[in-house]
Amino acid sequence: MRKFLFAAGAVAAAIVLSAPARVVAETPADTLVIADKIDDIVSLDPAESFEFSGNDMLNNVYDTLVELDPENLGPLVPGLAESWSLADDGVTYTFKIREDAKFHSGNPVTAEDAAWSLQRAVILDKTPSFILTQFGFTAENVAEKITVSGEYELTIVTDKPYAPSFFYNCLTAVVASVVDKDTAMGHEADGDMGYGWLKTNTAGSGAYSLRAFKPQDSYILEANADYWRGAPALKRVFLRHVPEPATQRLLLEKGDVDLARKLTPVDIEGLEGNADVKVDDTVRGRIMYVALSQKVEPLNNPKVIEAFKYLIDYDGMASTFLKGQYKKHQAFLPEGFLGALTETPYSLDIEKAKGLLAEAGVGEFEVTIFVRNDQDRLEMAQAFQNTLAQAGITADLRTGTGKEILGEYRARKHDIYLGAWGPDYPDPHTNADTFARNPDNSDEGANTGILAWRNAWPATEVNDMTNAAVLEKDTAKREQMYLEIQRLHQTSSPFAPMFQLIEQVAMRSNVSGFNPGGSIHSAFYWKTTKE
Amino acid sequence: MAIASVEGAAGASRRAALGRFLWRILGLIATLAVTFLGLLAITFVIGRVIPIDPVLAILGERATEAQIAAARERLGLNEPLIVQFGVYVRDVLSGDFGTSLATSRPVLEDVARVFPATLELATIATIIGVLLGVPAGVLAASKPGSWMDQLVRLIGLMGYSMPVFWLGLMGLLIFYGELGWVGGPGRLDTSYQFIFDLDVPQVTGAILLDTALAGAWDVFANAFSHIILPSAVLGYYSMAYISRMTRSFMMEQLSQEYVTTARVKGMPEWRVVWVHALRNVLVPLITVIALSYANLLEGSVLTETVFAWPGLGLYITNALFSADMAAVMGGTIVVGAVFIMLNLLSDVLYRVVDPRAR
Repeated sequence: MRKFLFAAGAVAAAIVLSAPARVVAETPADTLVIADKIDDIVSLDPAESFEFSGNDMLNNVYDTLVELDPENLGPLVPGLAESWSLADDGVTYTFKIREDAKFHSGNPVTAEDAAWSLQRAVILDKTPSFILTQFGFTAENVAEKITVSGEYELTIVTDKPYAPSFFYNCLTAVVASVVDKDTAMGHEADGDMGYGWLKTNTAGSGAYSLRAFKPQDSYILEANADYWRGAPALKRVFLRHVPEPATQRLLLEKGDVDLARKLTPVDIEGLEGNADVKVDDTVRGRIMYVALSQKVEPLNNPKVIEAFKYLIDYDGMASTFLKGQYKKHQAFLPEGFLGALTETPYSLDIEKAKGLLAEAGVGEFEVTIFVRNDQDRLEMAQAFQNTLAQAGITADLRTGTGKEILGEYRARKHDIYLGAWGPDYPDPHTNADTFARNPDNSDEGANTGILAWRNAWPATEVNDMTNAAVLEKDTAKREQMYLEIQRLHQTSSPFAPMFQLIEQVAMRSNVSGFNPGGSIHSAFYWKTTKE
Repeated sequence: MAIASVEGAAGASRRAALGRFLWRILGLIATLAVTFLGLLAITFVIGRVIPIDPVLAILGERATEAQIAAARERLGLNEPLIVQFGVYVRDVLSGDFGTSLATSRPVLEDVARVFPATLELATIATIIGVLLGVPAGVLAASKPGSWMDQLVRLIGLMGYSMPVFWLGLMGLLIFYGELGWVGGPGRLDTSYQFIFDLDVPQVTGAILLDTALAGAWDVFANAFSHIILPSAVLGYYSMAYISRMTRSFMMEQLSQEYVTTARVKGMPEWRVVWVHALRNVLVPLITVIALSYANLLEGSVLTETVFAWPGLGLYITNALFSADMAAVMGGTIVVGAVFIMLNLLSDVLYRVVDPRAR
């Protein structure tokens, strides 16, 4: 029997010891290794991709006509178009395409590729297509509106004389990426314009080309040696899907990844004092807000709406469980956007709220807060529930998966919604369009993509102003218009924006130049270097 | 004449045996078909009653009603449930398991990618579980109440009650973070991942097998250093279960008369325990091991999450959360097939170890 005991022990020891002892792990010097969560990617087709992780990848694989500079986010810089102009009619734009740019396939980038790519995004009509179709393009007219006027010259005609900055800003979105027409059409099936193939493959001209992609696992990008801006410093980007934040942190601390993007505040705090690791804070575009459905009594009473804005403990939350992750922000335009309003007139004031509720003539009542079961959101909802209770309002939480709650929200089934909104393109209209505009408030209108509609708020006070702001050519004036819209919105709308997201990117101390895209864009990998 | 009739009788009985054999095969196929159909029907219904709209899950927050309607039409979601199910079964029978909404790839391709990761993990975990669990159970049963027995029971109890999430993280912290004995989360280090992805022919998808086949022993060693910790964690749970079951099977055998007889005859105690009694618990033990193996092959979501292990458990869970039914059903079929295969396998093994079952 001893013998068997010994044998079992020996087997166990052999199993443990046979694992080779490892020295400090290091990532390859020419490779940027990122730990992130990428299970949101559903399509790599720029005409369809609308998820954070997918857009992060595509932003480095494709170019657009006009681009943002990762070292100075804000002003537009030439992309595949080396110059552009607007005719006096205010609707005819001309883009001069650079002649030295090549796709990863080696094909030259021409005006034909650019025109076809934009037409394609309109014709395919996937979720992000609205970014282009809002300029009056339809599947029927797009061939006349977006045309090739020379081998390297593209002409686009919009339906109205929009603010040029609005149009150019929209062209920086991933949906406006220039796709290699010959390569994509080489894989066309049943007239799908290469859609089936581009869902899982890429055909761009960007700083990196996609070498391998395993969904929900990893992807490898390889530097484009012939990139027209010059080859990026790092030869490869290897992105690993690591769903658990604590695991990301371990990998980073051990040096098995260079950069971790989904750490919790607890992990970030735990990294303090580690000289090998640094943390960069970047304000992102996501806004957390509370919205009151105007279909529900007494939430449609202006006094009650105002009272609710005093029943949120903005400072308490931002300084405790949201510390480092969110900052207080009370307007619908995120900081970093043209005309973003940074005034924060509201803070928790139970007595004032009680007074307003009394003025409104409502006693104690019950409501349900709809929130998806993410930790952040649940904590916010519970804090909100708690402060509502202090004013005599009993709030139930209706929780569910993101898709479940979103389905109910879009069907106008909620009382109060607590959730997030992220901008779709780097122009103030992106959020104004959804928070401060409602073309048809009826149920039949079914403008399910528009937040004002979901909350049955007709947006009467701001509709015209929002429509006018997209046509204002003078950028300084346009900025003032958005400030004014936000002030009105802040006081009169049933929306209470609360916080703006701060992304805490933790990286090895030898990494620099990584930009997650600020509040207006997706991540830029191609400026990143390692010492 | 007499000889001929004997031969005739033998031929008839052979024919009868063949007939019985065919009949059994047919019965088996029918059972399998009904099992799979039932499995699919239940999964399908569950998938359709969960309150997640697969279209919204894919198109996202900004989609317009027209885009949603178009997608519903394209995916055939406007048909009655029974029609959708019929279409699905028809496609599966013709070898088309559909396309995952979440990954935009054929479900078969997805499963072929994620299942080897789980298979590798579960196999090593089961080997650990058996190598440690069976001897531990036997030792415990041979001296009930001894310190050894108490220890095995304690370890078993801990195995049942400790959250795998916690155990996995602790294991990582100690053996990877502090001691650096094992590879970290994921199946390979980055540089080896490149070698594997770009240079090693991927025949089975199981890294250990593929690198061994290609003779890429440095990658193999790296893969082994990565798999050892998660498989030890899973193996621990498997061991806890196997040792408990072994103990109780052995206790029962050791109280039998033949054991007393053997002891009275003066047979050495180790021979009584490890040869006579153990042989008689092999049949139920095989069932227990097969069950435990099958459970691991479903994929363990928590272990896969902690160890960033791209296996079947994570795949099916992700698919469920986005109502990606083709993927869920595809995964379910694989799990079902695994259970059935392991059942058949243990049937065969019974015959090998137990003459009465032949």
